[in-house]
Amino acid sequence: MTLFNEAEAKAILDKVIKLSKADECSANLAGASEGNIRFARNGVSTSGEVQDCTLAVTVAYGKRVGTATIGEFDDAALERVVRRAEELAKLAPENPEFMSVIEKQTYTASTSFIEATAAITPDFRAQVAADCIEPCKADKLVAAGYFVNSNGFIATANSKGNFGYQKVTSADLTCTVRTEDERGSGWVSSNVADVALFDAKRSIRTAISKAKGSAEAKALEPGKYTVILEPEAASGLISFMLFGFDARQADEGRSFLTKKGGGNRVGEKVFDERVNIYSDPWDAEVPVPAWDQEGLARTKTQIVNKGVVEYLQYSRFWAKQKDKQAVGQPGNIIMQGGEATTEELIKQTKRGVLLTRTWYIRMVDPQSMLLTGLTRDGTFYIEDGEIKYPVKNFRFNESPVIMLNNIEALGKSVRLAGGGGGGGGLLLKMPSMKVRDFTFTSLSDAV
Amino acid sequence: MDRRTFVTLSGLGAGALLLPAYSRVIAAEVLSEKIALTLKRSLADVALAAAKEAGATYCDVRVGRYLNQFVVTREDKVENVVNTESTGVGIRVLANGTWGFAATNSLSTDSVARAAKQAVIIAKANSRLQTTPVELAAVKGVGEVSWATPIKKNAMDVPIKDKVELLLAVNAAAINAGANFVNSTLFLVNEQKYFASTDGSYIDQDVHRIWAPLTVTAIDKASGKFRSRNGLSSPMGMGFEYLEPTAEGRIAMPGGVVGYSSSYDMVADAKAAAAQAQLKLKAKSVKPGKYDLVLDPAHLWLTIHESVGHPTELDRVLGYEANFAGTSFATLDKWKSKTFQYGSERVNIFADKTQPLSLGNVGYDDEGVKTKQWDIIKDGILVNYQAIRDQVGILGEKESHGCCYADSWSSVQFQRMSNISLQAGKDKLTPDEMIADVKDGIYIVGNGSFSIDQQRYNAQFGGQLFFEIKDGKITEQIEDVAYQIRTPEFWNACAAICDERDYRHGGSFFDGKGQPSQSSAVSHGSATARFNGINVINTARNLG
Repeated sequence: MTLFNEAEAKAILDKVIKLSKADECSANLAGASEGNIRFARNGVSTSGEVQDCTLAVTVAYGKRVGTATIGEFDDAALERVVRRAEELAKLAPENPEFMSVIEKQTYTASTSFIEATAAITPDFRAQVAADCIEPCKADKLVAAGYFVNSNGFIATANSKGNFGYQKVTSADLTCTVRTEDERGSGWVSSNVADVALFDAKRSIRTAISKAKGSAEAKALEPGKYTVILEPEAASGLISFMLFGFDARQADEGRSFLTKKGGGNRVGEKVFDERVNIYSDPWDAEVPVPAWDQEGLARTKTQIVNKGVVEYLQYSRFWAKQKDKQAVGQPGNIIMQGGEATTEELIKQTKRGVLLTRTWYIRMVDPQSMLLTGLTRDGTFYIEDGEIKYPVKNFRFNESPVIMLNNIEALGKSVRLAGGGGGGGGLLLKMPSMKVRDFTFTSLSDAV
Repeated sequence: MDRRTFVTLSGLGAGALLLPAYSRVIAAEVLSEKIALTLKRSLADVALAAAKEAGATYCDVRVGRYLNQFVVTREDKVENVVNTESTGVGIRVLANGTWGFAATNSLSTDSVARAAKQAVIIAKANSRLQTTPVELAAVKGVGEVSWATPIKKNAMDVPIKDKVELLLAVNAAAINAGANFVNSTLFLVNEQKYFASTDGSYIDQDVHRIWAPLTVTAIDKASGKFRSRNGLSSPMGMGFEYLEPTAEGRIAMPGGVVGYSSSYDMVADAKAAAAQAQLKLKAKSVKPGKYDLVLDPAHLWLTIHESVGHPTELDRVLGYEANFAGTSFATLDKWKSKTFQYGSERVNIFADKTQPLSLGNVGYDDEGVKTKQWDIIKDGILVNYQAIRDQVGILGEKESHGCCYADSWSSVQFQRMSNISLQAGKDKLTPDEMIADVKDGIYIVGNGSFSIDQQRYNAQFGGQLFFEIKDGKITEQIEDVAYQIRTPEFWNACAAICDERDYRHGGSFFDGKGQPSQSSAVSHGSATARFNGINVINTARNLG
């Protein structure tokens, strides 16, 4: 059994809470059926379907905490997992930062489950691969891609009477298309909650046109350029930056959001006034479960408002130290965009470079949030409002903090999976953006 | 390296400890248990028979028990102690010339037989899309054999209390030496792997690995500046004896730096890190330009990993990783030419999964091939790749290189990086003698920021410690250094390599590849090496 309904999940969690003899107990149950298909060189390389469900039980005796997990759910197994957690807790050192389990929460469910997405079959996945491969073969191009879909649920409960249950579905395609002579490469991604919005045949056309269009790349001198970052390209840098939004790191003096002389920069204008970033579990395009990993209810949270930092993430321990209220950690990140399409941003650009995607992004200096990485799968020179020719890929050394102070225009915000660029699994909604003085430090011969 | 596997940073989206998929959290005492050999053999025979009956022409079975222990501390606090266990059976088959795979966490004969049949069904279903049938290089069955990492002290048997005491002593040493913050962690791995195949092999292996990373941070509250120095240890294929300091494991290096080889004095390194982190706060910022770089093995391993290890993986070269990790500039035509000058004549790079103490050291790989050593770059020329049973035919070879790996019983095995190492120089040369010959250079110790493109041409590397070299002498610690390379130019700029006495391993505990992503552990050995005229950039920025 992998996918428990709400009543079944509640029955299991209730039993666990009742079985525990510790001072307090919390339990999380999560199950999913995840199917995938991987293809390369215009053929399927691997495919599989994995079903898994895990119960994690955490108990505390005073400040000693133990966690145990199990994948079986009969009465004997539930007894075993609770006793094992209790044994571990008794052996554990005291945690001076221990926090008692959360009070009973009120959750307002989001629309994170779509029946049609839950119903995806192996045949559907094979068809996605075929929809990507066939037009490439016909065009003498080579496709390599990965489609994965998930249908699952999460449930949480604790000894203070808290309980929540929510179902979640997702589907995600990425596909790289390369010319046979390996001189051109394009890429596309499509992440949806509702598979009715998914169309591999349409998506693959983007990757095909970028692959064909990028084949005769010319070299531009590295330096500072006005760039148009497509949403995927922007998200790589921005989602990385969000790792710096931790209150404790900032208060301890080791974040770009640390204030000189001590404390953090909440309330300060750190970015261009057009920068608005928030999280909203109920957003129709990027709905996420109504609670975070600790069970705290999520709510709509403004993170950056007109360039001013309004929110840092407080752990429950740090919130207590600083006399703040801990709120549920965001499950999605939404950067507000404008109405312009990427094509319209290009039309408004005298000279610039269009970036399809940023890649292999790593922190160079957390002090300034300086990141390095490369462009990939479609980099084009823009002149007088038109794409003139493909250019060789660049390495950039740029801080997203500086980048978000150099905004010229924002395009439409779209849904993206956060995994690739550093979003830590958060769902993202990011706009394309036109930015001046973006720093390329060297050329790459990679296609 | 897979950054996301080891993101324990605080911040949005983080906070939860990342556990390996399908792991169960277990009590410490369970870490010493093993599955009976007779049970593993009988499960394997059930799977082999069921697969053959269902129409498989080849089958291999991996009965695996994967154990991890993490002990995570900061300053005077234990943040987490986690023990995980993951047990199950993975079955791979060839049917209609196509691979199929299925796995089960149940050790019952019914479940195993069912999974074997399921693997054959998947293989047959996928064969409809197959254009070229899989051809496997022959492997002679070895019968019943066993192999174990040559550890002296099983880290899983060391009481948690001793581990906690060690880490808290490490943290106290750093704080007492002037650190503002310190994080120290123990990662312990034990893979109990049983492999059986229709070739007639029954291979039982007990593999151990250990890693003890630490990060020391110094801050200057008035300016808001902060700097960190990570530990100079390496993850190793060793037991807990690695953390018991010995005189031969301690290496006195230029600049007063102490490095480590076969053992690690974590307390001493934490103390040194605190002093060096303080110095980093005040160090001079590098002037960008061309420098002769002297790269310590604790730094150079990562450059080898990214710029030689990955581009010489044959599946990348062929395009199987095009959508994720990328392809490779080291294309088949370059190899076929037998003239592609990957590096200077003194550059000899070899693959070797038999090196003692290394992370990749096993007796047999995950498709039952005995491990070995082979050349990748000989006298600067690209001479070979890393390839497994269904790939070596492309290279005209009859034997797999023995570098197939799966990170779990539930993952499909595929080609993974072998230990890839730079051979020490033939002439006697110490790091001090090497530096004495450098007019205008930088000595870099420890690995830092790293990034490389999808074909492994353009890379950028930072480090932990940077020392200015002027007229053959180290002058002072400097900061804000990163160097940018184009891979072949970099290796052709290799002007000197110290001798065998300086040869040491560095390595990655979590190297990511594949979709769904799998991690593997790999070591890279080298002696200190010199590279002339490398482009160094200044990474300091001002946010105003």
